[in-house]
Amino acid sequence: MINSQETNTDTISDEKITSEVLIDIKNLKKSFGRLEVLKDISLKLHNGENLVVLGKSGSGKSVLIKCIVRLLNPDGGTINLLGKEVNSIKGKELSKIREKIGFLFQSGALYDSMTVKQNLEFPLVRIKKDLKEAEIDHKIKEVLENVGLADVLEKMPSQLSGGMRKRISLARSIILDPVIMLYDEPTTGLDPVTSDEISELINSVQEKYKTSSIIITHDIACVRLTADRIIMLHEGHVYAEGTLEEFEASDDPLIMSFFK
Amino acid sequence: MKKLKILNLKKAHSLATERSIKLSEDTLDQKERANGFFQEVGDMALFIKQIVKETFSRNFEFKEFLRQCYEIGNKSLPLIIITGTIMGLVLTIQSRPAMAKFGAVTMLPGMVAVSLIREIGPIITALICAGKIGSGMGAELGSMKVTEQIDAMEVSATNPIRYLVVTRVLAATLMLPILVLFADAFGFIGSWIGVNIKGDVSLVLYIFQAFGSITFLDFFPAVIKTFLFGAVIGIVGCYKGFTAGRGTESVGKAANAAVVLSSLLIIIVDMIAVQITDMLS
Repeated sequence: MINSQETNTDTISDEKITSEVLIDIKNLKKSFGRLEVLKDISLKLHNGENLVVLGKSGSGKSVLIKCIVRLLNPDGGTINLLGKEVNSIKGKELSKIREKIGFLFQSGALYDSMTVKQNLEFPLVRIKKDLKEAEIDHKIKEVLENVGLADVLEKMPSQLSGGMRKRISLARSIILDPVIMLYDEPTTGLDPVTSDEISELINSVQEKYKTSSIIITHDIACVRLTADRIIMLHEGHVYAEGTLEEFEASDDPLIMSFFK
Repeated sequence: MKKLKILNLKKAHSLATERSIKLSEDTLDQKERANGFFQEVGDMALFIKQIVKETFSRNFEFKEFLRQCYEIGNKSLPLIIITGTIMGLVLTIQSRPAMAKFGAVTMLPGMVAVSLIREIGPIITALICAGKIGSGMGAELGSMKVTEQIDAMEVSATNPIRYLVVTRVLAATLMLPILVLFADAFGFIGSWIGVNIKGDVSLVLYIFQAFGSITFLDFFPAVIKTFLFGAVIGIVGCYKGFTAGRGTESVGKAANAAVVLSSLLIIIVDMIAVQITDMLS
């Protein structure tokens, strides 16, 4: 059932819900100066699902996932992440919880001064310190194969295409075997074919690594390929929530402007 | 007549109101500027606190520290050698006529040595490094900030202060005194060349004369202050890069601000160091 402003936002299609909630956000607020970006956001991410957060540019989608990993500090509300209140933890505890999260940045955010191999090694050698060199090499090879790139180990990020950079960035995000994946506009700036490939990759990562994901996007092709459930943000609020079929059948003008 | 008086009163009132509003606006503007200044000072103090804390943490990034030493030290060396040589040469050529007037040309090596070691070597090297190293740090970290690389590091549970900042600040602090020693040494060579333009002095005799005028009190405070210059360059460069805005324009601004602020602070630190040395001696 689609839930827009007038209806109850708590109803979600039952078959998509599993018992475990990995992220539980309640009444989240975030402002930048006088600009209120998130006014009152509440949402849940269930185990094993792909939750797509849809919305216009500037609707606060990226701010939302940056609040989840505490790259930004929320002004109000609570974020329960894997059983911990994110707002109240810091230091080692925050690092521990961040190890369980993979984050794919909009720009890829590969380290410019490092080769692909060094980029992939970077989190691994710092978090899993007991790994031997052979095990590290094996892990790097494995994630590269999983994202469909095997022969780019010694290349610099500047030598890669946009799609390849996204794949390497995705490989770096999954190298620590995360429980949750957060994708910040994964297909932005890519051609339609590569965008579809990245969307397929998101599904394949979910299948192989048994992750649950929040995908921030305004790319409807990506939504169609990846979404188990969709939440639409508008003017700092959850405007609508439902399945892809429900969104596509909606006659709400704002939703229609995305889907038709 | 009464109407004219009222009109004049109204004009005076509106003029007074206008001036009062302008005064209030100016006061608010100055208050905001003052707030901005104190906020920046506070932010930098917190930044330094974090650097100190992470410097003594268990997981020191030694490999990255060595890489930064190489980047800062080795790659700045040619520039420092050229500058040091020219510094010594010019100082000698410029000082010679004045020394000749008093018949003190034989004291030229000693005068140049004291000038180079006490002041010119450290300050010129530090200002050159502020331009080369400080701007590099500001631009590199600023661009990492803009392209979300610092965020990516943080999300992957790696402390960016420890990896990016501590290594750079320590490398700059350690490398600057070494670069100053090179600048001084090549300054002596430049000075020897300058002396030999109008005279004939062997290098051994020149160095003997130069070192004969230098005491431990000339050398020691100069070395101590170069450590401080290095720390200033590292901290300001990293701080400006780390606090760069989100657009590409902010990368240029961060690099520029790093050079301007670190140069200014170097001169202020130098002034304080000279005062302290003077009081102690």
